[in-house]
Amino acid sequence: MSKFSKKRGKASPEISTASLPDIIFMLLFFFMVVTVLRDASLKVKVQTPQASELVKLEKKSLVNYIYIGVPTEEHRELAGTKPRIQLGDKFSTTGDIPLFLENHRVKVDERQRGLITSSLRVDKDVTMGIVSDVKTALRKAGQFKVNYSAKPKQT
Amino acid sequence: MAKKSAKDRISNEINAGSMADIAFLLLIFFLVTTTIVEDKGVLVRLPPWSEEPPDVLKFKTRNVYSILVNANNDLLVRGEPKKLEDLKEGIKEFIMNPERRDDLAETSVDAIVSMKNDRGTKYGVYLEVYNEVKAAYNELKDEEANRKFGKDYEYLTKEQQRTVREVIPEKLSEAEPTSFGEE
Repeated sequence: MSKFSKKRGKASPEISTASLPDIIFMLLFFFMVVTVLRDASLKVKVQTPQASELVKLEKKSLVNYIYIGVPTEEHRELAGTKPRIQLGDKFSTTGDIPLFLENHRVKVDERQRGLITSSLRVDKDVTMGIVSDVKTALRKAGQFKVNYSAKPKQT
Repeated sequence: MAKKSAKDRISNEINAGSMADIAFLLLIFFLVTTTIVEDKGVLVRLPPWSEEPPDVLKFKTRNVYSILVNANNDLLVRGEPKKLEDLKEGIKEFIMNPERRDDLAETSVDAIVSMKNDRGTKYGVYLEVYNEVKAAYNELKDEEANRKFGKDYEYLTKEQQRTVREVIPEKLSEAEPTSFGEE
């Protein structure tokens, strides 16, 4: 009898936490792989429309983003309530697009410059006027590969 | 002596209990600073810019499928109002022309889908229409690929995809928008 109680008293009842860091690290790596760093804080409200014929954008380094939407509330005093273009992290006009594209182009390897895609992240309530102006600017700047960012359609 | 070294080994172990906390901190940092990848969209190839307007007259009217979207987001397809849901079937019938009607495209190679919108059209509606056109073309390509090779278009080799594209070239033209509506 005494033999039993002695053994039980000595055995530690704690669960080993040695593998806990490994589990957390696995979670960490998972999130690092499936997510991307937020590169620019959005100053315009962008809610992309839904579509079914979607293509995935492959190479992050070959994509530049053009946001179009109504300025968010904290920027309305300065930027107004009309839809605006955001390039990088500042409000821009269509005249800034060629320089923006060129700045991105010089960072890309020469052989891959033809693969550069412009991702247009446009709010679904914006009217086509401003989008057409951006499209014209892109065509004039020689940037023909364009991706209209959209969410998959729920059916 | 032996006893002493054993004791040393025990005290030399690093306490790994806080490792989990450090990893948690890292995890939370990444959760906050990143966004989940949702980079999908409709891929478009814009035409090069040219100053002179394109010559529309060289195409026969029966080969052109015109879609107009006005500032009230209504559709006018070949002169008649149409619902968005019927658009895809309409385009497919127009391109393939299974009954050989003389008001639809002569062949699928000659068929052109022409889109025109107003500056006041909502972008969401525009993309929906564009998506329908794209969907119609993709379905036709899949049908053609299945008929020829027994596989969907995306599983074909580059060479096979080209032969499909020769039968069904994606001819989508976008006209300069009108500016009747309010932006």
